[in-house]
Amino acid sequence: MSQAATAGRRGSPRRFNLRERIRDRDTAVYGVLIIVAILFPMVTIYATDGTALVSHATRAGYFVLLAIGLNVVVGFAGLLDLGYAAFFAIGAYSYALLASPQLESSPAHHAVHITFWILMFVSLLAAAAAGAVLGFPTLRLRGDYLAIVTLGFGEIVPQLFYNFDQWTGGINAVGLIDQPRLPVWVQGPWSGDGPFTFVRDFSFNGDPVAYYVLIVILIAVAVILVNNLYRSRLGRAWMAIREDEVAAAAMGINTVTTKLLAFGIGASFSGFAGAYYGASVSLVSPDSFLFIVSITVLVMVVLGGMGNITGVIIGALVMYTVIFYLIPGLPENAVSLANNVGLGGIVPASGDWPGLAEETQRLNFIIYGIILVGMMLLRPQGILPSRVREQELKHAAVQEEETVVEQAHAS
Amino acid sequence: MVGSGASVLKRFRSSQLGGMSLPDYGFYILCATAIVLLATQAVLHPSDFAQILVFGVTQGAIYALVALGYTMVYGIIELINFAHGDVFTLGAYIGTAILGFFSLTEGSFTTINLIALLLVFPLVMLIMGGINVAIERVAYRPLRNAPRLAPLITAIGMSFLLEGIMFLWKGPATVHFPDILPQASTTVAGVFFGFKDVFVVVVAAILVTLLALFINRTRLGKAMRATAQDRDAAQLMGIDINRTIAATFFIGALLAGAGGMIWGLYYNTIYYQLGFRSGLIAFTAAVFGGIGNIPGAAIGGLVIGLTAAFSDSYIGSKWTQVVIFGILIGVLVFRPTGLLGMRVPEK
Amino acid sequence: MSEPAAGNILELTDLTKRFGGLVAVDNVSLNIKRGEVFALIGPNGAGKTTLFNNVTGLFKPTSGRVLFDGRDITGFKPHQVARRGIARTFQNIRLFDYMSCLDNVRVGRHVRMKAKVWDSLFKLPRERKEEERVTEEAMELLRFVGIAKHANQYARNLAYGQQRRLEIARALATDPKLLLLDEPAAGFTPQEKVELMQLVKKILGRGITVFLIEHDMKVVMGISERIVVLDHGEKIAEGPPDEVRKDVRVIEAYLGKSA
Repeated sequence: MSQAATAGRRGSPRRFNLRERIRDRDTAVYGVLIIVAILFPMVTIYATDGTALVSHATRAGYFVLLAIGLNVVVGFAGLLDLGYAAFFAIGAYSYALLASPQLESSPAHHAVHITFWILMFVSLLAAAAAGAVLGFPTLRLRGDYLAIVTLGFGEIVPQLFYNFDQWTGGINAVGLIDQPRLPVWVQGPWSGDGPFTFVRDFSFNGDPVAYYVLIVILIAVAVILVNNLYRSRLGRAWMAIREDEVAAAAMGINTVTTKLLAFGIGASFSGFAGAYYGASVSLVSPDSFLFIVSITVLVMVVLGGMGNITGVIIGALVMYTVIFYLIPGLPENAVSLANNVGLGGIVPASGDWPGLAEETQRLNFIIYGIILVGMMLLRPQGILPSRVREQELKHAAVQEEETVVEQAHAS
Repeated sequence: MVGSGASVLKRFRSSQLGGMSLPDYGFYILCATAIVLLATQAVLHPSDFAQILVFGVTQGAIYALVALGYTMVYGIIELINFAHGDVFTLGAYIGTAILGFFSLTEGSFTTINLIALLLVFPLVMLIMGGINVAIERVAYRPLRNAPRLAPLITAIGMSFLLEGIMFLWKGPATVHFPDILPQASTTVAGVFFGFKDVFVVVVAAILVTLLALFINRTRLGKAMRATAQDRDAAQLMGIDINRTIAATFFIGALLAGAGGMIWGLYYNTIYYQLGFRSGLIAFTAAVFGGIGNIPGAAIGGLVIGLTAAFSDSYIGSKWTQVVIFGILIGVLVFRPTGLLGMRVPEK
Repeated sequence: MSEPAAGNILELTDLTKRFGGLVAVDNVSLNIKRGEVFALIGPNGAGKTTLFNNVTGLFKPTSGRVLFDGRDITGFKPHQVARRGIARTFQNIRLFDYMSCLDNVRVGRHVRMKAKVWDSLFKLPRERKEEERVTEEAMELLRFVGIAKHANQYARNLAYGQQRRLEIARALATDPKLLLLDEPAAGFTPQEKVELMQLVKKILGRGITVFLIEHDMKVVMGISERIVVLDHGEKIAEGPPDEVRKDVRVIEAYLGKSA
């Protein structure tokens, strides 16, 4: 944000400067994130003597990517998208079908193997196109209708991939998906491989560290691009629409195309993440893109702090850790806790008691539910809200008063 | 001037939406095509058709009961209450638990069955009403002035919580619901009518009628409508907003509880995630009838039930979900005010 | 642009807007000359704001024509109208509350900016330059309306009078030829009203025609050259302030209202 008028006042404590404060906090968060991202594989590999945690991090990574994309739609432009996983599915299937033996057994009778580096962009375009096709007739509608349309779309898309089983394998999923390859790769101490080595004709196959590096780079690029958009003509137009659509239109903003851009750009991130997902798990099935995925990403965005990129990243990481690491680990931890405190007797199943591990597992839903409700009640603006949202809450009461005053003035 | 300007704007929007000719044509063409296709089937295989019709109406009656809760809550606080489908399911779970205290005779109809039914049915409705009011109090009311998405997330959280409670209680498998209704049936012109079919439709119709009377005739009903129109103005008129919203949740859950009981009595099998899918479908029904519109939700439920039944039989059940949500999108594109084209509460 | 400076900038011909049975604007014709201050007055509910909404594309007229700068803009969408050069403020202030004042004005500049998605996505040099230029222009406008020192505050945190000024600055940022002000002095103190009248004169000095709705007769009489009076959607009088003030129908319309 180039601000000739106010730049260079960092040292002056007299004035409250909003933008500088935002920038300072974000800079700090980005700094910490970068350091953690660089050190993470090294530390965890040495500490745990395995790459399980790095694998987790790569999975957390595509959720971060999804959350950054959804934030453009929900946080910037204020459009509620409840079917975001559909675009993720479209991206993943675009990659899976064009980089696996799958199409050999389809009516096309010909397998296609295009390289990941091209298909990444094909997936992106496919998802963006789907976003545009869905958005074009529906973005004229009021906000809540959009939410419902996207919800319906999110329900239809996985079902279509399931139903067109001649092409997609349906419930059998698409497997044996190609791995990205690079002519040259560098391995070093960060991946637990000792000193620097150059590897020629490198395949990502089964190398979580390589996938980790890839997703970190993709996230970095995504953050830079989205930040650029946020601080641009388009970003301001999005926020103007979020704040007051009528006034935005009166200022000359074409609200339909602007919303369509938010929708398309948001979807393209999802498509991008989809291609990465397809490659990294090497298996794409319709079950992986159900409503729950859309909801999970939405929860990440809202809990992290809508509209604020750093908040959304933190939200995605926190929620990933809770949903995919802490909660699934509970049964095991409960069992070892019980054994350690001398309550080993409650561990095995007997009669109606399904056993401690099973019982804890059954608690998962409840724990997840309580976390969602509790966090929202404690911090409705999210963990790291954009300053905007924080102000909004503080001033909620003031606002009502002012509206009354305003109306008194106006009539 | 402010007030009149706002109302003029509202009128403008509805006239604009209703007046668009192209979407209207699209909508009529879609409807006409569907009717022609169905009529062909009706002529070619009349008894099959009628059988599907019976099944669709029964199914639709249950969706209608659940859809009413969605539409009422949305109408009054603009919240897509994701937990509502689970309230419906929990109604069935609690119903089966309480029925377990009676020495019922399954597969036939005894006096004890009748007494149990007459006691448990309203009891479950009331319990669900109470639970839903508690949910509103804990999870939604504190967030009334929070960013719009905050209550949506807590609704999702409550949905997980309720599913979790049912899962913890009865485990992941399907749960049996006592089969205590009369097994009587009759076949008219090759079409099978069970007592259960009639029971479902009659009970649903009675409840919907009572709800309509309540909304239109009572003070509280009027307060609800006023609050749905304009919360601030209603408050200025001396309406207790908190009480009115709580009442809305209570009534919505009465109907959901009834829906859960009926589902159990009809299908005799329940499942802890039942509310998720049926909730989405019921919500679609609410949108279909014009969300916020009470008769619309009832009719939307019927239409969706019929659509599901016809789609299951004529297209194949794996396409039903695509058909239903395709219709949802189509309706919103071609007829954004819902099937009845009635005014949606604008805020 | 080839229009003679003395021509009409806005011509409404038989403009009618119906909502169901209600006729909000009834067959109104009026011409606004380039470079004048033209006022629209009338009792509450006379259809003044509806007329504005028809001009700015928020409503589609039921019948009649809107000619702006020699071109027919009837039924244009709001953003197309803004692009042609009509900007407006709102009766009940509609700022982008949770954006800074500077950003509010920069949003106004949107329609005159050229940056495409790609330029913004990759922060190309021409986009950076444009951003810098627009920031300067926006600051200049904030100074013009006298709220430059609040540039970095959220719009909602401004005082009431400052919000009205910010709305004007935001409208001016679209480079309008015609500025529509909807009750700009509503809720103002006498001192603020004087300042507003000075501001309108300054806006006029920029070669912008001003079309305003106003209740305050002192303001209307003080700045406008011609007045049209609406009552129940109909035009009941038109002319210079002194004539309109004496018009029997106008007096009736207002007295009838207050009686």
